[in-house]
Amino acid sequence: MATLEIHDLHVSVEAENGPREILRGVDLTVKQGETHAIMGPNGSGKSTLAYSLAGHPKYTVTGGTVTLDGEDVLAMSVDERARAGVFLAMQYPVEVPGVSVSNFLRTSATAVRGEAPKLRTWVKEVKETMEALHMDASFAERNVNEGFSGGEKKRHEILQLELLKPKIAILDETDSGLDVDALRIVSEGVNRVRETGTVGTLLITHYTRILRYIKPDYVHVFAAGRIAESGGAELADKLENEGYEAYTKGGASE
Amino acid sequence: MATSIPAGSTTDGAIQVGQSAQPADARVSAAASYDVADFPVPHGREEEWRFTPLDRLRGLHDGTAEATGGLRVEVAAPEGVTVETVDRGDTRLGRAGKPVDRVAAQAYSAFEKASVVTVPKDAVLSEPVRITVHGEGGTVYAHQLVEVGRFAEAVVVIDHTGDATLAANVEFVVGEGAKLTVVSVQDWDDTAVHVAQHTALVGRDATFKSVVVTFGGDLVRLHPRVVYGGTGGEAELYGLYFTDNGQHQEHRLFIDHDTPHCRSNVAYKGALQGQDAHAVWIGDVLIRAVAQGTDTYELNRNLVLTDGARVDSVPNLEIETGEIVGAGHASATGRFDDEQLFYLMARGIPADEARRLVVRGFFAELVQQIGLADLEERLLAKIEQELEASVG
Ligand SMILES: Nc1ncnc2c1ncn2[C@@H]1O[C@H](COP(=O)(O)OP(=O)(O)OP(=O)(O)O)[C@@H](O)[C@H]1O
Ligand SMILES: [Mg+2]
Repeated sequence: MATLEIHDLHVSVEAENGPREILRGVDLTVKQGETHAIMGPNGSGKSTLAYSLAGHPKYTVTGGTVTLDGEDVLAMSVDERARAGVFLAMQYPVEVPGVSVSNFLRTSATAVRGEAPKLRTWVKEVKETMEALHMDASFAERNVNEGFSGGEKKRHEILQLELLKPKIAILDETDSGLDVDALRIVSEGVNRVRETGTVGTLLITHYTRILRYIKPDYVHVFAAGRIAESGGAELADKLENEGYEAYTKGGASE
Repeated sequence: MATSIPAGSTTDGAIQVGQSAQPADARVSAAASYDVADFPVPHGREEEWRFTPLDRLRGLHDGTAEATGGLRVEVAAPEGVTVETVDRGDTRLGRAGKPVDRVAAQAYSAFEKASVVTVPKDAVLSEPVRITVHGEGGTVYAHQLVEVGRFAEAVVVIDHTGDATLAANVEFVVGEGAKLTVVSVQDWDDTAVHVAQHTALVGRDATFKSVVVTFGGDLVRLHPRVVYGGTGGEAELYGLYFTDNGQHQEHRLFIDHDTPHCRSNVAYKGALQGQDAHAVWIGDVLIRAVAQGTDTYELNRNLVLTDGARVDSVPNLEIETGEIVGAGHASATGRFDDEQLFYLMARGIPADEARRLVVRGFFAELVQQIGLADLEERLLAKIEQELEASVG
């Protein structure tokens, strides 16, 4: 069973006046089949955690370990991590002019699966998944994320999640910027993947709204670069009522 | 992450409407002439020279470059096509138009023999005419004329390889109802300097398609020009360039809509990578008062792959009549940045493949639009090669 283990992770970014520590000792274990919600105020370091796991070059790991089934994730390049089964649905997906969605998806699936998917089944797979996400077929011919609305970008991220079938899915604020219908459609996509039981999900969110559709097994409160409290789904209800105030007071990084 | 080094500049295009007091070639500082003496030596601040590093022209612009070099020109043409080498006095030469800058005039004043390819009227060639121009070092002044008779159809491929300091005029005279496609490939060694004016005279109801492909050279500066000899003429000008480390590749186009009911369509795309790679694209379109019913569009797109490269892209559309079908232009310079690279890699795609994906995607549409199947393969292969050379 695939397991992602994060131990005492410290991460800095290069700020104007030298390096600035954002993550200050994150400990978290995510197993296949589990869903962990990570909730926290703006600027607490949620995206930093997500990007650091995916290997974004802007973030420097200054301490700690990350392993996937015992393999050192931090030693892998960005593409190696993806091929090892780590998937990051980004908060702000990037436009890639000149590359069509269909070409991109196929190249990516080929890389992750280790061989080119059979054309006929692949076309069908993409078409059906797009339909399930209420994405018009014309998106396949458009350039990656170019001119997509916020909601369309998020659907496109979940489309990739469904096609790439990772071991660990990190969803960075997939819910933000979605209206209620889109939120439901996108959540259904995530749930289809979760129902396979083969993915461990790290659901990063600012709001409890998405947890109505995606039921977490664990909820972690993220504040000032580390996990401040962990609990079950009931912790989300507490956050819904009380907000993050208890965690930001005094303990803030600023 | 966004880098702070500027990738290049895209100058917003200008559309000027109304009667213009400027001469026909607004961007040229002297009147067109066959005689080099009619042009002052450029100092670099003139509109038409301001992007060109004059010190790398090896004297082509100031009269100091003596013709010492050699050029091996071979023409392979299907039956029915006449291939000649003629003296400079041949009256067929110079009909498409006069040189418009000092280097073109220098070439016109200095060439000794010209190469003339004639496709007789009504001939429809089944095979392209292939002209290979191989530089063997040194300075050369050259002249080439391709004439296609009325209702004839031909494809001409001109390949430039080797090393040369070459200044040339290439004329295309396209007869009534004829169709000429010209592909000019600049696949020079990295030491070559190539400055040329390509002048097309497009006859009534004729179609002229130009495909300019520039990969090599230390400095390449090409000036494709189109003038119309009758109504109903159509010109399509396509270009592809891949500008590497230290290369200066400049494409300046001028389309002179001086005749009613003619069309033009321009699409140039370039990728740049490496330190001091410099691409310049100038698209001048003039729609004169008489040219009612004109339909024109021009586009330039650049993709900057690394820091240190620079693009200057300047479309300029001047319209002297409101009675036109359409006129437009677009110019944009984008960069393949680290965020795009990260996004593709985060989907399992290795870095070099990600870069290839983006570049191939960038050029693919244009290559398809050019619509020459055998060229398509070759261009894509060449682009791969360029990518590999610079990645490695
Ligand atoms: N290059 C940088 N220089 C300085 N500070 C940075 C830099 N990049 C990120 N930060 C800071 O790191 C902190 C954490 O940012 P991060 O994006 O991880 O937060 P987040 O929890 O995802 O917030 P949000 O809910 O707004 O998405 C913020 O205070 C941010 O300003
Ligand atoms: Mg964030």
